Amino acid sequence: MNRRTLLKGSAAALAAVGLARPALAQEPLKIGFIYVGPIGDLGWSFQHDQGRLAVEEEFGDRVETVYLESVPEGADAERAMTQMALQGCKLIFATSFGYMDPVINVAAKFPDVMFEHATGYKRADNVATYDARFYEGRAVMGTIAGRMTKSNKIGYIGSFPIPEVIQGINSTFIHARKVNPEVEISVVWAYTWFDPAKEADAAKALIEQGVDVILAHTDSTAPLAEAAKTEGVIGFGQASDMLDFAPSPRVSAIVDNWAPYYIDRVQKMLDGAWTSTATWGGIGEGEVQIGEITSAVPEEVKAEALALADAIAKKEYHPFTGPLNKQDGSAWLAEGETADDATLAGMNFFVEGISGDIPS
Amino acid sequence: MLRLERRPTPSRLWTAATPVLAVIATMIAGGLLFALLGKPPVEAIRTIFWDPLFGQYASYSRPQLLVKAGPLILIAIGLSLGFRAQVWNIGAEGQYIMGALFGAAVGLAAYPADSVLLLPAMAVAGACGGFLWAMIPAILKTRFNTNEILVSLMLVYVAQHMMSAASFGLLRNPEGMGFPGSRNFQQYPAAFNGELIPGTGMHWGVVAAFCAVIGAYVLLSRHILGFQIRVAGEAPRAARFAGVSPALLTSVCLGISGALAGLAGLFEVTGPAGQITTDFASGYGFTAIIVAFLGRLNPFGILLAGLLMALTYIGGELAQLMLNLPAAAIQAFQGMLLFFLLAFDVLANFRLRLAKGARA
Repeated sequence: MNRRTLLKGSAAALAAVGLARPALAQEPLKIGFIYVGPIGDLGWSFQHDQGRLAVEEEFGDRVETVYLESVPEGADAERAMTQMALQGCKLIFATSFGYMDPVINVAAKFPDVMFEHATGYKRADNVATYDARFYEGRAVMGTIAGRMTKSNKIGYIGSFPIPEVIQGINSTFIHARKVNPEVEISVVWAYTWFDPAKEADAAKALIEQGVDVILAHTDSTAPLAEAAKTEGVIGFGQASDMLDFAPSPRVSAIVDNWAPYYIDRVQKMLDGAWTSTATWGGIGEGEVQIGEITSAVPEEVKAEALALADAIAKKEYHPFTGPLNKQDGSAWLAEGETADDATLAGMNFFVEGISGDIPS
Repeated sequence: MLRLERRPTPSRLWTAATPVLAVIATMIAGGLLFALLGKPPVEAIRTIFWDPLFGQYASYSRPQLLVKAGPLILIAIGLSLGFRAQVWNIGAEGQYIMGALFGAAVGLAAYPADSVLLLPAMAVAGACGGFLWAMIPAILKTRFNTNEILVSLMLVYVAQHMMSAASFGLLRNPEGMGFPGSRNFQQYPAAFNGELIPGTGMHWGVVAAFCAVIGAYVLLSRHILGFQIRVAGEAPRAARFAGVSPALLTSVCLGISGALAGLAGLFEVTGPAGQITTDFASGYGFTAIIVAFLGRLNPFGILLAGLLMALTYIGGELAQLMLNLPAAAIQAFQGMLLFFLLAFDVLANFRLRLAKGARA
């Protein structure tokens, strides 16, 4: 460590502890992470923990991280976060939607502690929210799906009918149709984020209907394992890369990458520049990554998909660009118009062409 | 050689001593497990059993013990009555959920009521919800001789789906931007089951748990119903001669345990948990089975066992936070507790004898 970084480091540490009671300048910034699943789920919680490890790698002994895994949403989450705050955590990442109200409660009790809540919509002076534009990645998957399907039937395993999932279904369908006007999409609701048995059943049902491309918004590898049993059926990795199933049935993946956001926020804490924000990053910010497109996909399709990802990253193209109608045929976006974030954040309708209802 | 000899009646000394032995054995085996994971065993055990009670932040964690133990004790008391009479209600989790749903529905239907009678009315509805859910296995058992273990357990999964449906549909917060989950009772003063004395953790559910302990003690030692329960469990034939109707007793036992579980669910959803969500149930109904047996089906034993179980939860969290123990190791640790208890039970029912030569 040269002198300059040393000076910078201690200045940052001073700024960080300046928010709380005076402490030694060498004291590392303590950061807590709370996960809804086990870190070994190889999906949602695993990817958040990868973000935590990236923070440790980036900042070394200037930070100290702790985590609690498999914390149920509700009273247990509130207690877990209170314990973290009491143990001296100055920044706490709450990585599940269901932690929303507990975060707000604990944040009110500890004004000196900053909270980051994933996928929620309630903020306070010391509560920021963050989410990823998964629908950007879905646009790329949808393009591949539309090009690859031979039966013109693609299947989508939805977890819960919430805006994030509906965005993904719409984005997939819009981009599949764009490259293949014949394509139809079937949606099955699994009502779970992680249940290999249910996900496998859903995939099986879709394959029996003649679907040959399966997308999932659930976190296990079960849909891919099911796809592997039938010749000619392909699928995509979800949340993490799921490379065990490459090159086929897994032909690509949508990967959650929280590391850039976590590193940025920790840096802001160290600089004393942390403020409550609502961040919604996508491919451009590095939060959503496209897993390697395998050799099972023809070169020209791969090039087309990567070009789309590139255009989205550079903000030259928005996946929800008009003309687009809602499922009932009413106009939603005019030619060239793009969807605003508020509509997307509360999305509760399918676009025109998708059959089936959103359960309510 | 050692040999086991059945005692004519279970030893009272050993019945009382086995829980203590089981805890000590769990500490030793758990310490070994932690040591194998490369964590300091003594420190881990101290963090789990000592720090929540007397550690630096005990003023926070001690009240939390009551919050965590309250529903466990309340449910376990109800279960213990049935278990004594050989009525095996394994579905307290489902009754807990239905109690929460019924009670919350009453409160939310009246929103935004401002009456002191609201919370009592919700409590009655909650108890009814649990009672009615428990009546399904009771009626099926008494009318069609089905197995109450299977029926009550299966109904847990039905209840979980109803809870999921309620948080997406009937009970969804109309101001929740389309996200699943009911209104939060913490922002609904008339229906909020908050702390009765700030900083003590005492809410109505904890009060109800204490009342249930005393009530069960009086019932078992002074009341004819308690006598019938005990006789039915220990000598079913004698019970029939004494005029005990097995069908009625089954219904009463399931009904009481269902109502108490429903009450626990209602006090949890209106207090510590705050809202109906898809993940509201966090296994209290199943853990209470362990608590009932750990407490030897004795009301005061259950009180202690509930507090001990809560201690392992809160201490386990601390150990995760401070020593980076994996959550699975804590769960294994809790599992050992029941395992050793059942293993040492052999001492209550059998005598250890030194076998002399040829007799084997």
